[in-house]
This record gives sequence, C-alpha cells and structure tokens, in this order.
Amino acid sequence: MKVNTMKFLVSRIAGIAVAFGLIMSGTAFAAEDEAPTPHYPLIKPKNVEWSFGGPFGKWDIGQLQRGLKVYTEVCAACHSMNLVAYRSLSALGYSNDQIKAYAAEYEVTDGPDDEGEMFQRPAIPSDQFVGPYPNVQAAKAANNGAAPPDFSLLAKSRVPLRGFPYYVFDVFTMYAENGPDYIYSLLTGYVDAPANVEVPENANYNPYFLSGSALAMAAPLSDDVVDYDDGSPQTVDQYAKDVAAFMMWAAEPDLVSRKAMGFKVMIFLLIFSGLLYFTKKRIWSSVKH
Amino acid sequence: MSGHSAYVPKSGFGKWMDARLPLARLVYDSFVAYPVPRNLNNWYTFGAILSLMLVVQLLTGIVLAMNYVPNTTMAFDSVEHIMRNVNYGWLLRYMHFNGASFFFIAVYIHIFRGFYYGSYKNPREVLWILGVIIFILMMATAFMGYVLPWGQMSFWGATVITNFFTAIPIVGDSIQQLLLGGAVVANPTLNRFFSLHYLLPFMIVGVVILHVWALHVTGQTNPTGVEVKSEQDTVPFTPYATMKDLLAMTVFLLVFAYFIFYMPNFLGAPENYVRADSLKTPSEIVPEWYFLPFYAILRAITFDIGIPFTDIVLINSKLGGVMAMFGSLLIFFVVPWLDTSKVRSATYRPLFKQFFWIFVLVCIGLGYLGAKPAEGIYTTLAQILTFWYFFHFIVILPVLGLIEKPKPIPASITEAVLAKNGVAKS
Repeated sequence: MKVNTMKFLVSRIAGIAVAFGLIMSGTAFAAEDEAPTPHYPLIKPKNVEWSFGGPFGKWDIGQLQRGLKVYTEVCAACHSMNLVAYRSLSALGYSNDQIKAYAAEYEVTDGPDDEGEMFQRPAIPSDQFVGPYPNVQAAKAANNGAAPPDFSLLAKSRVPLRGFPYYVFDVFTMYAENGPDYIYSLLTGYVDAPANVEVPENANYNPYFLSGSALAMAAPLSDDVVDYDDGSPQTVDQYAKDVAAFMMWAAEPDLVSRKAMGFKVMIFLLIFSGLLYFTKKRIWSSVKH
Repeated sequence: MSGHSAYVPKSGFGKWMDARLPLARLVYDSFVAYPVPRNLNNWYTFGAILSLMLVVQLLTGIVLAMNYVPNTTMAFDSVEHIMRNVNYGWLLRYMHFNGASFFFIAVYIHIFRGFYYGSYKNPREVLWILGVIIFILMMATAFMGYVLPWGQMSFWGATVITNFFTAIPIVGDSIQQLLLGGAVVANPTLNRFFSLHYLLPFMIVGVVILHVWALHVTGQTNPTGVEVKSEQDTVPFTPYATMKDLLAMTVFLLVFAYFIFYMPNFLGAPENYVRADSLKTPSEIVPEWYFLPFYAILRAITFDIGIPFTDIVLINSKLGGVMAMFGSLLIFFVVPWLDTSKVRSATYRPLFKQFFWIFVLVCIGLGYLGAKPAEGIYTTLAQILTFWYFFHFIVILPVLGLIEKPKPIPASITEAVLAKNGVAKS
C-alpha cells in the first residue's frame, strides 16, 4: 500500500513540476518578447572549409605565406604579434636567409652596451615580432583610446560561444575552427548599420563583432591592397581567409603536429584496448559475473 | 580485507626483506590476492581511473612547474613559452589542462556510483568521508591551478571566488586578505596559489592512501549491496580486477586523448587566452564546467533571510549564497546518517532509484544554469533546483528509508550472479 501511495505521490510531484516548468518557460518567452536584449555577435560566424580542420588537417603553406604578407602589409601597421618569434617562420617554408632578411627590416632596442647606452639594431630571427607601438599607451593614443589587440592568440581568444546544443555536436564533428571562422566573418562582415541601430562616434558597425554591434577598427581590407604573386584572387574574401589561417598558425603553431601525433596515439590506444578487451574476456570466461 | 596473508616469499632476499620490511607482502595482499566481489560492473573501475588521473596530473604538473614562472608579469608569457618553445610543452600543458576536466568527470561518476549503490553505508562511513575530503581538496587544487596561467578568467575568477570569504561575519575580510596576500588579487596571490597548487596534490595522495586503506579494511561494495559471505563470492584482484581496470583505463584514455589532440580548448574559456587585466572586467565571469552546479547554488540565493515582518536581516543574500554553496558540499559528510535505509543498493530500492535519477538531472540542470547569466527565469529555476538539491538530502533520503518497501534481496552475491545468468539455484 505504502509503495502505491508513494508512486502516486511521485507522479503527482512530477506532474506539478512539469506544469510549473511550462508556466515558467512561458513567462520567459513573454519577457523576451517585451524587451529583446541583443546577444552578441548578432550573426553567428560563417563556416569556412579550412585545410587545417578535421583529424588530418594540414597547413596550406601558400595560404600561410599569403596571410603573412597581408599581416605585414596591412595589419602590422596597428597590431603587434609579440609572442611569435621570427625564427618560427621556418614553418612557413622560408629559408634562414629569407627570415634574416625579413627580420632585419625591423628595429629593436637592445643594450646597454659597454658604454651603458641603449642602442637600436636590426631584428634577428631569435627576436619576437616587433610591434608598431613601443607600449600600450602609445597604441591607445594613436587609435582613439582603443589599443589594437595583439595578434598572437586572437584565433584562440576570440571565440563566440556556440550555445547548446551545438557544442555537443562539435565534440563529434571535431569542430574547433571557431576562431578563424570568426576572424574571417568579422573581416568580411562590415556593412552599413541598419536604421534602428545607433553607431557611436569612431566606431564601425559589424554584426559579426563579438562584444557589441560596432568596433573601433574600420574595415581594414579592400580589394587589391596586397599583391599576390601566386595568382590567388586579390579580393577581401581571399585576404580575410588567408590572414585568418595565418592567425590560427600564430596562435597554435603546433596544431598540425598535434593532430598527426593524435592519430598515432588514437590508433595505438584503439588496438591496445582491443587486445585488452579480448584478454579480459578470456580471463573472465570461467567466472560468471 | 585485513585478515591472514597469503604471501609466501620465494627468494632468499624476499624472505630476508619480508622479516624486516614486508613491503612486498603489503603489495601482494592489496593488489594481487585481495578478494573483490565477482559481480563488480564497469562503474566500479573509476577508482582505478582516478588513481591514473592523479598520476597524470602529478607528472605533467611537475614538468610544467619547471618551465612556469609564478609572477604576474611573466606567468602568461611563460605558459605561452611552454606552448611554443618547450619540447612537447603543448602536449604537457594540454594534458594537464584537460586532465583536470577528466579528473572531475571520473570523480563525479565515482561519487554518483557511490550514491546509487549506497557505498557510504555502515561500515564504510569513514571510507566515504575520506572520499569527500579528497573531492574538496581536488576542487581547491583545480581552482588555484586555474589562476596560474594569469589569463582574464584566471584573474577574475580568483577575484570573484575569494570575494566570497568577505561574506563571513567578523573574520571574513581578514580571511580574504590572508588568502590574497593583500587587498586585491595580485602577485602575492599568484605566488601563494602556486605554492598551494603544488602542495595540495600531495595531500590528496596522502588521503587517497587512507581511502584505499579504508577500502581494503571493509572490502568493496558491489551492485547487489550484499556483503561478501564466502570465498565463492569473490575473485582475486589479479588478474580479474587488474585486467578489467586496465581495459577501463585505456578506454578512458582514448576519450581523454581525443580531447587533448583534437579538441584541446573545447573545455576551456577562450577569454583565458587574454592576458589578465585588472581594469577590464570580462562580460561574463564563468568558472570551469566542474564548478558550475555549485556556482548556480551560490547565485540562487538572491534574497536576505531575516525575521519575518521586521527589517532585521540575519543572513544577507551574499552570506546565504556562500553558506548554501559550502553547505551543498559539506552535506556529503553526513549522507551515511541521512540515509536511513538498511538496504544498500538502488537495485532493490525502486523509489530511491527514481529519486536518484531525479537528483542526477537536478545536478545537471544546476550545471547548465551555472553557465547562464543570473537573471530572470534562470535565477528562478536555479532556486527551484537548489531547493530540490537540499530537499533530496535532508528530506527524501531519511524519509525514503522509513517508508520504502525494498524488493527481495538475494541471499548472496553468488546467488544473484547465478540468477542473472539463468542458472537455477542449487
């Protein structure tokens, strides 16, 4: 009898809980209708097919070289990249001499020398990328108070939340390219602001922007600003893809070797667990459990 | 189980050593001859998996500490130095970082297994309490470890969490100052967190040894909840349990490796790849996923508790939240005495089984709400689920034991196993 009463009670409690939940969610929707709070980014990033996506991802070396060119000729005017060393460029297929020549175009302060004086010298491959400003304050002063962020980790730090249930699917589809997708979308996403959106002074409307409807940076790319010598289209779309891929490399230089090692580890663990499974089965075969 | 020892030293040196320090005898009795119930399912392999994760965290952590610099001006760069310049530094760091998450995945499964099979009941109360202490030490270790990379979430997470302590009356501010080494999160904070983050894991090792010792005194529970009655009910630890644990560990490592190599940043906050900036608050400060249910409980208390019809506030909402959060953990300690049922396993407790699964859903729900902004419907839902969380421990567990009519319990493990395998009782 007691069990029956309890079962009844349980079903009642469950019923009330469900009803309560429905009422609560109803009020939630009503509240959303009244005052829509905007969620940023206003538009989710576009999905690009990246050569480094998926379990067997590889860098597209040509793309990374083009990305470096876009960074050097356009982005580097405002953005530093101070966690990356010039020597790392060997991963992009450049020779030591090429890297030396590239680094030598920048000046670093070194010292003190034997006289106790600081001095300027050309950068060498073991130096980190030299930024456009001596410090954050200078960067702010030159850009209406908003310092351009350092490029080194942007592809890993600027990642819009995927939201439920997408992040569950991401585990199985191995989608981890949110960063470069976001950068590409932002760079190609500048449009005129809709009439109902007020854009602050010195800001530029972009529905893909992560933390607002407008950002301090104006559209940085336009067609034909960078000359490509490999015949790739000189369009904003191509520039954005190339520089986003380059930024992913800058943020995670070991991405491709990580995946390559991962494949070996997974294969080993699969075979090993298979062998263990049959061993265990054999051992337990004489014991009912 | 503590009883006679079946160890027979074979070599002359073995005999000599056994008479002086019977270490080999201890290992043999604990991990070779030790009898385990023959009906343990795979949920019982998480103890071994947790030992493995503890070792992984210790080894990777010790090597990471050789390259890490606990100084606010260099910590962030030193982590990036590990990622970029140290040989296989990225692997060590991703193992350690994801290892924390997988440690918690394993510990949560281990704890819920304990709830389901009533593993905390007489005579295993001390075993359970030691486990709760390990869990709390793990949370402290994980929290301090998350501060070390000195990213935005590190800094602001530390600021928010240490701020809880100011809610404690009279001594709160002093405790917070002591924790931070000053008025705000700064270099002294990072230094002491690094020191403690290195210390606590070894304290965990110590409590784990006690936990395993207590386990070997009482013996393991099993899915039937019936105690081992004869040798027939058990199999020797080696090869049976060793092989089963090894398989489970390897499968667990397979999932772990998938995340390390293919989704290494999936479980982390992207904001933490931004250098800590005390002048720039992130739009949302969210702790790591394994703290989310407790974070939801903390934020669910949005109201002051006072004497009705007066303006006297006894517990303001902040202190109430902190008490609820710590209470949600500390209540684990008294679970062995809150559960009044004599029957251990949920298998024979039809009502408890339903409430167990409701409780699991409540915890997952709290985790979901912990990641949501504390406003509107989310707060209301968090309050309902927080209420149920405590209701489960304080009301359901004691009452169920009194009114529930359990299913018939098998006479022995062997009988249950034979019945399951369709063999007639002999």
